[in-house]
Parts: sequence; structure tokens; C-alpha cells
Amino acid sequence: MSVARSAFRMAKFGRSTYLPMTSVLTSRTTLNSLQTKDFLSNKIKIETQQPRYLSSEAPRDVQKEIGDLVAKNKVVIFMKGVPEAPQCGFSNAVVQILRMHAVTYDAHNVLVDEELRQGIKDFSSWPTIPQVYIEGEFIGGCDILLQMHQTGELIEELQKVGIKSALMDPEDEKK
Amino acid sequence: VNLLTRNMSGMAGPVASIIERKLTDMLKPSHLQIINESYMHSVPKNSETHFKVVVVSESFTDKKPLARHRLVNDVLKEELSSGVHALSINAFTPEQWDKGRQVDKSPNCMGGF
Repeated sequence: MSVARSAFRMAKFGRSTYLPMTSVLTSRTTLNSLQTKDFLSNKIKIETQQPRYLSSEAPRDVQKEIGDLVAKNKVVIFMKGVPEAPQCGFSNAVVQILRMHAVTYDAHNVLVDEELRQGIKDFSSWPTIPQVYIEGEFIGGCDILLQMHQTGELIEELQKVGIKSALMDPEDEKK
Repeated sequence: VNLLTRNMSGMAGPVASIIERKLTDMLKPSHLQIINESYMHSVPKNSETHFKVVVVSESFTDKKPLARHRLVNDVLKEELSSGVHALSINAFTPEQWDKGRQVDKSPNCMGGF
């Protein structure tokens, strides 16, 4: 494939973003008429766009990001969907349990962030979503949270980090 | 007692069979139940993506729930990094099971994958 043709093809895709061409193109020069010698002589400079990163110049460090996320709030969960509209029965179960205890928490939706979805599994060494963190420590998924809720262990865990569960027995408060 | 869910034609799926074999070999359970719950979710028919397992084994003695789950996850590491995408684990010691622990019904699907 000639260089000129591939340039043309790339330009077709990118239009304004991929190949801003700084060059000596005159109004009558069409891309088709570009010849290899033009490129070689540096008359045409093709600037390829740098891949764009969301935050900074550096590539995304998901593990560090997650480390920061779980430190941001006492209770942090990774789920499918959002608390107002969970998109998974297991995630919903976690949301409902936390609602019963009237806990405020950060929720992160893995369905809109594929890197986060995989990253959190690596971070916790835990293969499924939802995942619950209390004070930066991984607690478990839906099954475990449900079990803790049923045995009263969740109320204790929350109390340990200074969260008063709405379901706490008034008698236990004196302990 | 090993109970494996079978589909309409009386066959247990390949993934379910592998799960059964691995859990039996590694955890020597006194009671094992593997339930394919994929039908409850928005996946094609005869999928093997969502499972519930009930494992009763001495290996869980003196282990907290998280440690028990991690044990099961470890045994099924391969399956969990390929097709199996949700695993509900109910892990009991024989003493707990004999006392009559209840296995909860899994929540309904809410559409996402």
C-alpha cells in the first residue's frame, strides 16, 4: 500500500482528530495526489494523535486508584449499577442491607468501567461483584454480608468503625 | 450426598461436573450441592454462568466465612476466570449443617451482566 493511500485512509477516519496535517498543501492538492516523495521530503508532516488519558498524562494505574477509593470512606462498595438502580440481584441485596442499617457509603459502578471491573477483582483477589470494603478492608460479597446481617455481626463491625447501625438494639448501645 | 442439578434431558452440564469433581477432591465434603442458577439471569439457555454451591466440609472448621469462601474460590479459580461469573457460596461445617442451617434463596436478576 502506498504511503499516500494509507494517509488518505487514516485521514478519512480521523478527520479533525487523527491527522491534522501541517503541510504545504495548496487548495488544489488533494490527498490522492500526494506522493511518497512528498512525505519523504518532509513536506508533509503527519501528526498522529496521542492516545488520550482521562486524568493525567500517565497511563491509568487502576490498582492505585482502587487503593485510594477504598480509603476515601468508611464503607465502600463495588457493584453493578448504582444504589438507586442496581443492575444485579446480588448487588441489590448489598444495597438493601446497607439501606436497612442506614449506612452512608461510596458506591462504584463496574459496569461503566471495564478496567475497574477487572481491577477490583485483582485488588481483592476476589472473583465476583459486588464487593464490600469497611475501612479499607475487604469484607466479602453478597453472601457474606447477608450472613453478617443475619447473625448481627454486621452491626458489630459497623460499630467498631464508629458507624451506628439503624438496626442496633438500644440495649447494645450501652456495651 | 452429592446433588447436581440436571437439565431437562437429565444431563449435568460440563462446568457443573467439573465443579463437582474439584470440590469433592479438594474439600472432601460430607454434603455437596451444585445448583446452576443461570436460568435466573439474562443469559442464553443452558448457560453455565451463575452457580450456587452448598458445601459441608470439615475443612471449614475454625475458618471465618471469608476464609471459607476464599478456599472455595481458590479451588474453582479456573472456572471463575473463564465462564463462571457469579458464585453463591454456602459453606458450613458438619456441626453447623446438622444443626439445621438454612440456605437462602438467591436474589432475582435485575438485568445487568
